[in-house]
Amino acid sequence: MSSRDSILATVARNQPAGLPLPVVPSFVLEEEDLVEKFTNVAVGIGSKVFRVKSLEEVKQVLLEEHGTSGRIISSFPQFSAIAETAIAPDVDPHSLADVHLAVLPAQLGVAENGALWVTDAQLPLRVLPFICQHLALVVPQQSIVPLMQQAYEVIGVQDYGFGTFIAGPSKTADIEQSLVLGAHGARTLSIFLYYQTQDKRLIF
Amino acid sequence: MKETEDHATLAEAFNADEPRVNWHDETLWFIRQKRDKAAHTIPDWELLRETASQIKHNVLSNLHDYLLQFEANAKANGIIVHWAADAAEHNQIVHAILQKHGVDRIVKSKSMLTEECHLNEYLAEHGIEVIDSDLGERIVQLAKEPPSHIVLPCIHKKKEEIGDLFHEHLGTAPGVSDPQVLTEAARQHLRETFLTRRAALTGVNFAVAETGEFVICTNEGNADMGAHLADVHIACVGIEKIIPKREHLGVFLRLLARSATGQPITTYSSHFKKPREGHELHLVFVDNGRSTQLGREDFRNSLKCIRCGACMNTCPVYRRSGGHSYHAAVAGPIGAILAPNLDMKKNADLPFASTLCGSCSNVCPVKIDIHQQLYKWRQVIVQEGYADRKKTMGMKAMTQTFASPSTFKLAGKAGRWFMRNVPFVLNNKMNPWYKQREMPEPPKESFGEWYLRNRKKTDE
Ligand code: SF4
Repeated sequence: MSSRDSILATVARNQPAGLPLPVVPSFVLEEEDLVEKFTNVAVGIGSKVFRVKSLEEVKQVLLEEHGTSGRIISSFPQFSAIAETAIAPDVDPHSLADVHLAVLPAQLGVAENGALWVTDAQLPLRVLPFICQHLALVVPQQSIVPLMQQAYEVIGVQDYGFGTFIAGPSKTADIEQSLVLGAHGARTLSIFLYYQTQDKRLIF
Repeated sequence: MKETEDHATLAEAFNADEPRVNWHDETLWFIRQKRDKAAHTIPDWELLRETASQIKHNVLSNLHDYLLQFEANAKANGIIVHWAADAAEHNQIVHAILQKHGVDRIVKSKSMLTEECHLNEYLAEHGIEVIDSDLGERIVQLAKEPPSHIVLPCIHKKKEEIGDLFHEHLGTAPGVSDPQVLTEAARQHLRETFLTRRAALTGVNFAVAETGEFVICTNEGNADMGAHLADVHIACVGIEKIIPKREHLGVFLRLLARSATGQPITTYSSHFKKPREGHELHLVFVDNGRSTQLGREDFRNSLKCIRCGACMNTCPVYRRSGGHSYHAAVAGPIGAILAPNLDMKKNADLPFASTLCGSCSNVCPVKIDIHQQLYKWRQVIVQEGYADRKKTMGMKAMTQTFASPSTFKLAGKAGRWFMRNVPFVLNNKMNPWYKQREMPEPPKESFGEWYLRNRKKTDE
């Protein structure tokens, strides 16, 4: 018998009588102001949060924070003047090793933990939000949900190859529990909460 | 091979340096307090734990079907699924994949399973270099030690020691011990590793039966850096890591990081569903005793574990004896339940490395009855004749005591009297828990006595 079959046979023999799958209760977030909660938590875990009304504003803030000297990649065509906006999906991911800043949209944010959800649909390459020195994520304010539970309700049966929640800059506290930002992934995370008004160009 | 020393002996060695033990103890307690703070921000915390616990019970009772469901969905997603009955087979499978691709250097992110299987040693013997990329794991790897904690691999190391290691291996200036500087040095060194390795190995936190995807949680981003740059990604997973549906991640991801370090969530929670275009994604299911543990009614709940480490941070014995004293890949209270399943004789001492205070069970996010299982293991180990004599004597008395309520009351009373009046009798070598610690100040009266006295007062 193959290992597969023998493992499965032992599991079938040894597993206890069926116990029901519980209905997950509807959890709620105490705080009512989602944007405020999201902002407080995100800042608490080392992100910078900006509220903006246009992509132009995003550009200004980023130029102030990071300058224009380094390599910038963005999936917003509006950034074409300062960034590479058309990275082919078959490009060698190693070629992104010198990316200074990546500016990408996120699908949703989670108020309870300051995390943002991105998938292949937002990422020219999977490695981009990790390999860049600095990361900026832009998300509509209306897309902040209270808890992870609601995040997965929105995600539903989305079919992606890769998706990730990003909560803050990469970090470690492995050396005597001293928190250091900038472990292996991005050193900083700037989050832009975009207030969607008439500017319909920004569609996620 | 040298006989493994038992927990008590290893703990004694760890205890030789008292200020260091105190520092270790306080550091872990600090993390436990952060966990408490994080848990208290969620009014529904207990309901969340209960839900997670019930989901895990359902998983264990339907594991066969969930494994098949995961396999079918993962295959449809383009993931290559392997099955390993034990550590040896796991190591062979990984080696064969690397050989097929002609790879002799790999980068690995944290996986306690590969520690359990001693994969690094196996691959080294076959001429394959493994670099651990989690900072804490890299540090213990450079020190040629195993991790001492499942979440905080080098929690036992002082920054000066890490500075010395980095000076020797990574060329940092001598005497540098600033965590910021050392982390930056590791970032540069490992970035070069990520960029040059063609195969990446990772662990798995959750495998979702419904979708055939798996989730990896890290703060450093090392699993993603490795996996997205390599041509081949191999993910190794214990068969118990299955959860039924994607929506259940909304329960477990709320619990995991809060229980582990007090963070609201890890920096990255990455969902791998399909390989990158033109690349290979392998998943190796490992049994290695898990299906046996599933059949042990008293111990199967240990398979609910999501490896958050909270039971270690809170354990008074772990905090004061250090992870290495457990001589097993997983240390602490949960390790002491898992290890005897793999080798009862070698690990017969571990279930005794506990005060049975129950703090572990109280913090466990999936509500494993940890201390009760430890107590049950003691009975099994004594029955099978693996316990040493000192412990057997104590155990027999303990079993008798717990078996009879009247002896229990009397013994408690006598015990309290003895501890107050002749502490040296208990604080001697017959009581294995005396070593290196004063016994706690005994309460003057038991809760039972207090209750009776006070009830009488109100009745009067
Ligand atoms: S037994 Fe519970 S507390 Fe301990 S590591 Fe596992 S899940 Fe965490």
